[in-house]
Amino acid sequence: MTLVLELRHATAVRRHGEADYPAEACGLIGGTVDGARKIAVALVPLVNQRTDAARNRYLIDPVSFRRAQERLDRDGLEVIGVYHSHPDHAAVPSTFDREHAWPWLSYVILGVTRGHAAEMKSWTLSDDRAAFDEESITIEERKVVWQ
Amino acid sequence: MAVTVLIPTPLRPYVGGRDAVQVEAASIGELLDRLSGEHIALRKHLFADDGRLRSFVNVYLNDRDIRQLSAQETPVRSGDTVSIIPSIAGGSGGTMATAVHAGTEHAAPLPNLSHEEILRYSRHLILPDVGVEGQKRLKAARVLLVGAGGLGSPAALYLAAAGVGTIGLVDFDVVDKTNLQRQIIHGTAAVGKPKLESATARIRDLNPNVRVEAFETRLTSENALDIIRDFDIVADGTDNFPTRYLVNDACVLLGKPNVYGSIFRFEGQASVFYAKAGPCYRCLYAEPPPPGLVPSCAEGGVLGVLPGIIGSIQAMETIKLILGAGEPLIGRLVLFDALKLQFRELKLEKDPDCPVCGSHPSVTELIDYEAFCGIGAEPSYDGAEITAQDLKAEWEGNPDLLVIDVREPHEYEIAHIAGAVLIPLGELPDRLGELDGHRAVVTHCHHGARSLKALEILKAAGFAKVRSLRGGIDAWAVNVDSSLPRY
Repeated sequence: MTLVLELRHATAVRRHGEADYPAEACGLIGGTVDGARKIAVALVPLVNQRTDAARNRYLIDPVSFRRAQERLDRDGLEVIGVYHSHPDHAAVPSTFDREHAWPWLSYVILGVTRGHAAEMKSWTLSDDRAAFDEESITIEERKVVWQ
Repeated sequence: MAVTVLIPTPLRPYVGGRDAVQVEAASIGELLDRLSGEHIALRKHLFADDGRLRSFVNVYLNDRDIRQLSAQETPVRSGDTVSIIPSIAGGSGGTMATAVHAGTEHAAPLPNLSHEEILRYSRHLILPDVGVEGQKRLKAARVLLVGAGGLGSPAALYLAAAGVGTIGLVDFDVVDKTNLQRQIIHGTAAVGKPKLESATARIRDLNPNVRVEAFETRLTSENALDIIRDFDIVADGTDNFPTRYLVNDACVLLGKPNVYGSIFRFEGQASVFYAKAGPCYRCLYAEPPPPGLVPSCAEGGVLGVLPGIIGSIQAMETIKLILGAGEPLIGRLVLFDALKLQFRELKLEKDPDCPVCGSHPSVTELIDYEAFCGIGAEPSYDGAEITAQDLKAEWEGNPDLLVIDVREPHEYEIAHIAGAVLIPLGELPDRLGELDGHRAVVTHCHHGARSLKALEILKAAGFAKVRSLRGGIDAWAVNVDSSLPRY
């Protein structure tokens, strides 16, 4: 699968990661699926609920997830992925990320180094839960056509 | 009794792409069982290896979390809607993810726990931040302790008790009676035996599940990288500066976290030096102090409980790194004052110009740390030292010989050589006027190091016939006067 983001999505994830530094920022990605392409339409930035260890952990609880899902559902979208930041760490999933991961979803990770957004990568969990495989991110600009 | 189960997007590929399925069941437990029985691939995403529902899988009956109802026993009726709702968790994992599991991110699965281990670690397993996964991580972890002394004793005991799977020990020393006041891993019966032998036996007794890898050697620039390379975390319990810089530099070069502790008299320090995520020891102390300025525990003394506190902090930080739990002591230096019972904390910054972990390091391989710390280039004292037996014989033939005890008054109280004059080393330069420069002088201290400094002071002041008692009062007690206690 390929994750298709618009430039504004990528920018929003970077800004969110920088704003919440040194805590981890997190949110959901709503969109649609078209064959092998997961197309992002709307981001849902959320509050990281791991106040005890927000520097190296994030949590989106089921209540927040459900609320976001219902909102996206009304717009005909579904949760296609999750984004979160790694303050002062690489944009590579940790063991903890893998152990808590859901299949199929795109896990976008943004490295934030000393408060500045760095690399952004997307990963999906392998079917046997043993590994995270990197998936490509395509940035596409879609023009809004007024009719 | 058909119940509708709403499937979240990530799980839809496993149920033929549907967003809802109908399942016949009387309880939530039965429903999940049937669902994952029909769709086998779903099971591993819903249930952990131990058969329990994964922590991030939430099941709602209509609008209520089943955890607030009767969990998997919750009954369901026809027409109910059951939703599987994800909670999403993750994170950089602190140092755990990058340090302990570096390179094994997709590799070896964690080891299983035996029934004996499950019982033994019960109080860990019921801690949410440890649990079965955390305990397995401890079992998979490899921790190297440099030194099986004051700091290494409590650290080794707690790490072994906690179930750290492999503990490496580096030490070449033999248990001495003066160690027992603080080095609690060794017992009285071990006096005279190698520390590694005694520590290994104690760890085996405490927790036979722990694998001990013993390195009976001094850690040197030649062997440090090879020894440390195979471990995840190093806990530094050394008592000298050359080894401390060696451990630091080797850890920086290999990318390992170095859990640091040090003690002196009533005060201790601890930090976690991990160059990937924060400062290293050299960012804090770029240069070692001049040799002799900071006395060792043997010279300065140490309260026996103190290494117990600092060594336990090292064990605690090591365990936190393994678990990825809490806030590691990276970038912070904890100062402990036992007399005030006060902990203070200093923020440590990474030094961008650090010679080892800075952006343009000048130290890219291990160096000669003895030379770096100014040790080994000591002047030769041939002819300037006298043995205890020779001193006794000479003193009997020449009662005019002046023997100066340069120790501290509280040491003098423990034991002293009859006839020796007490002038503490620190006072010596101001009290030279009390001495007759024409008399032959012999200086002595506890083990013979301070008396050499006194000798230099006297020689520089023009005293011609000065010698130092080799081995100090300790050698005197062993070879001349066995009525004196050794300390």
